[in-house]
Amino acid sequence: MNFSGDLNLAFPELILAGAALVLLVWGAFSPKSTAALGAAAVVALLGAAVAAATGPLGRAFGGGLIADQAAVFAKVAIFVACAVAIPLGQRWFERRGVNNFEYPILIVLAALGMSVMASAGDLISLYIGVELHSLALYVMAAMYRDDAKASEAGLKYFVLGSLSSGLLLYGASLIYGFAGSTVFSDIAVAVQGQANTGVLFGLVFLICGLAFKVSAAPFHMWTPDVYEGAPTPVVAFFAAAPKLAAMVVFARALAEGFGGAVGQWQQVLIAIALISVAVGAFAGLAQKNLKRLWAYSSIANIGYAVLGLAAGDQQGVQAMLVFMVLYMVDVTGFFACLSALSRDGRSMESLDDMAGLIKERPGIALAMTAFSLSALGLPPFSGFWAKYYVFKAAIGAGLGPAAVIGLIGSVVAAFYYLRLIKVMWFDAAPGVTDAPPAEAKWTGIVLALFSFPVVLVALTWIDPLARAAAVAFGLKA
Amino acid sequence: MTGLLSLTTFAPILGVAAILILRVFGRPEDAKTVNTAKWIALVTTLATLALSVLLVLQFDASNPGFQFVEDAAWFAGLHYRMGVDGVSVLFVLLTAFLLPICIAASWRSIEKRVHEYLIAFLILETLVIGVFCALDIILFYVFFEFSLVPMFLIIGIWGGARRIYAAFKFFLYTLLGSILMLAAILAMINVAGTSSIPALMAYKFAPGLQTWLWLAFFASFAVKMPMWPVHTWLPDAHVEAPTAGSVILAGILLKMGGYGFMRFSLPMFPNASDFFSPLVFALSAIAIIYTSLVAFRQTDIKKLIAYSSVAHMGLVTMGIFSGNAQGEQGAIFQMISHGVISGALFLCVGVIYDRMHTRDMAFYGGLVNRMPWYGLVFLLFTMGNVGLPGTSGFVGEILAMTGVYQASTWTAIAAASGVILSAVYMLTMYRKVMWGELVNPKLSAITDLDAREVWIFLPLIISTLVLGVYPNFVFNLTQASVDQLATVYRAAIGG
Repeated sequence: MNFSGDLNLAFPELILAGAALVLLVWGAFSPKSTAALGAAAVVALLGAAVAAATGPLGRAFGGGLIADQAAVFAKVAIFVACAVAIPLGQRWFERRGVNNFEYPILIVLAALGMSVMASAGDLISLYIGVELHSLALYVMAAMYRDDAKASEAGLKYFVLGSLSSGLLLYGASLIYGFAGSTVFSDIAVAVQGQANTGVLFGLVFLICGLAFKVSAAPFHMWTPDVYEGAPTPVVAFFAAAPKLAAMVVFARALAEGFGGAVGQWQQVLIAIALISVAVGAFAGLAQKNLKRLWAYSSIANIGYAVLGLAAGDQQGVQAMLVFMVLYMVDVTGFFACLSALSRDGRSMESLDDMAGLIKERPGIALAMTAFSLSALGLPPFSGFWAKYYVFKAAIGAGLGPAAVIGLIGSVVAAFYYLRLIKVMWFDAAPGVTDAPPAEAKWTGIVLALFSFPVVLVALTWIDPLARAAAVAFGLKA
Repeated sequence: MTGLLSLTTFAPILGVAAILILRVFGRPEDAKTVNTAKWIALVTTLATLALSVLLVLQFDASNPGFQFVEDAAWFAGLHYRMGVDGVSVLFVLLTAFLLPICIAASWRSIEKRVHEYLIAFLILETLVIGVFCALDIILFYVFFEFSLVPMFLIIGIWGGARRIYAAFKFFLYTLLGSILMLAAILAMINVAGTSSIPALMAYKFAPGLQTWLWLAFFASFAVKMPMWPVHTWLPDAHVEAPTAGSVILAGILLKMGGYGFMRFSLPMFPNASDFFSPLVFALSAIAIIYTSLVAFRQTDIKKLIAYSSVAHMGLVTMGIFSGNAQGEQGAIFQMISHGVISGALFLCVGVIYDRMHTRDMAFYGGLVNRMPWYGLVFLLFTMGNVGLPGTSGFVGEILAMTGVYQASTWTAIAAASGVILSAVYMLTMYRKVMWGELVNPKLSAITDLDAREVWIFLPLIISTLVLGVYPNFVFNLTQASVDQLATVYRAAIGG
């Protein structure tokens, strides 16, 4: 394919790269016009989503960039999630007097990185995408400079993230050395269904590095600290879209590069999945801080997504994609609600702060109840349907015992979700909460309405899209 | 008439919407708004009752298959599929019958967060009716599982002193059971390639697989039922729940377990059901004798009735797994009758609890001197629970025991001893509470039933007596479906 055709396939990425540069110059000359800048970033993101959805499909740059159904599916979800995150975070920073015009630009850059991840067709574009979005996230985590905890979170995130990038690179170079190529499809040819020890070694490092990025146990240690320290709307952002991007590139590397050697990576993924579920369920029981609690909840949930991937077939990948999209909505919504709540100017973050919330702020409390029940996996909320897909795929692929362990893990986790509901509904309120900011409140409530009942309709079109995306990965049916 | 089933199921949601509007736009603490909300809830439940009566009237009793079927494709091969047959139609009626009574019974005893309370009950009604009507196994699971939430809130917000503990125990116990059922459901969908309940009933699962599936479903329904030894959540939940919560718990929610056995375990896994029936018989026999003895030692009236529920449900599980038409008929009848009688007994406890705020037997005594009408009503339902001929309790017991006798003589003997034991603890309780001298001075001013309470008890009294004298009302409706169930089961196990 010629160069202009290649560029055509990379059009969404080009929009974002161009937008980031233009916005940066704009911001440098007129640092006060943050609202207009944020709006422009939202427009650029939505434009990129439209471009991705309507653009041509194919492979560009010698297989380094893949635009297929899977990439389109992931990109649209990622861009929309980024667009939602901009007003949420900008207003939050504004209220605290930190009026940085860089915030929307960083999100656009992160979106660009994630977009490259979703389209990555070789190890180099994978690494570039991962690094680009990670660097943006590190800065965002530390952006609330006056807060010692946020700075600590940013630093922790950066150091541990760099470590995982190192693992990733080490694995990539091993694979390149033994397979002779960085392009996934060429690796698949070299591996021919049976990875030799060297490639396998590299693959394990690659998996470890990616597991770090999706915060799957036993590579999850950074998650609770970073979630607790980082500003809540930033957490709402990076608990959602980056996880989807990392899961997609995870699936892409395994399916395209090592699709013939499912048996060799399946056990590793099952182990990661079950450890994540167990860690998320049991460690969450001891948490009093809601952001930490939800960090453990996200570890458990990533465990379920990895379990879908571990099925190693089309059904499994479809399950993972549906799971991640539904999970993104829930986690963004929950943190949006949390960022809306404060009492006497102090953010409400602990479990006890939520006492009697149903009387104080019925809308937000109902939304948080919906997200808790959804995370618990209770029908008819979206979390149930997400788990439905994953466990159906796992059982269909013969992973019955693993599925049962995962399900029992969700009963353990049920206790802490119920405890949150109990605190909100049964306990007496200690004092009056501040009036919640409109954008955070309504983001939370609208996303809760997606969790139920909109999801019951939305799934009728998410289901075929995710199936088409899963087919694109080329695993066996 | 298509659509009638969905209308019956979701009619309470209309009431929910109305109350929500009132809650959001009205003044929630205003006595007048609260009263309007109560009337809305009562009218909604009565309308649902009317719809379900219409359903029963239009039900073709000679047709053993599913009727009023609605079917619409959903996503991923799932369907919105509803329908009732002889096994399920009466449970819809029972639910719709008990709900207005629950609302009326809470008219004065619930004082805080009345709107939320009514909404929880109306949502619960939709979910329970949905459980009995769903013909897609995932749809069934959605209704079945979500019914935990309103009940969790009912116990946790409006319950007694240890309500939080009871609510958590109730939720987590039942969740663990049903999560295993979910695994089995997914395995069934994968193997059979369909989620339609009628298709799954016709599908023949391999006997080895049946064993696992049966155990997973058993884990869920046995907890729900509840069977010994997983019954311990029930007394806690009952004691802490408000009166109407106990009524709906004993009257309807427990029946979801029995219904599940008849709808899933027996027709879908006949070989496993046959293989495990000795286990079920043994557990049921233990439940009947053991929990009866436990009931005898209770000092809390509500706890006594809760244990008595476990014992009576033991008879139901026995009847179901006897695998013959009498056993099934008896089990269904017993469930309907127990729904009415145990509901009424909890209401009886509620009457004196509302007045004195204690359920301790030692506190009472000699009540009949001050409350003759209450004594009469309480006596009737006590006798019904014991299984006195002429009340509905007798019919179900005798029929279930006949069925069980054909399957296992020893189990039937255990069941029969349970009837004697139930007379022992029920009559002892009645004597302690009602008869003797009125010695406690605090009771000297207690008042008899008022008009509202009479109106609440009247439909329950009538149905207990009518079903006791003319049980064919039930049998006519269930006969065809139950015969088919038993015939197919017998053929499948080669008996």
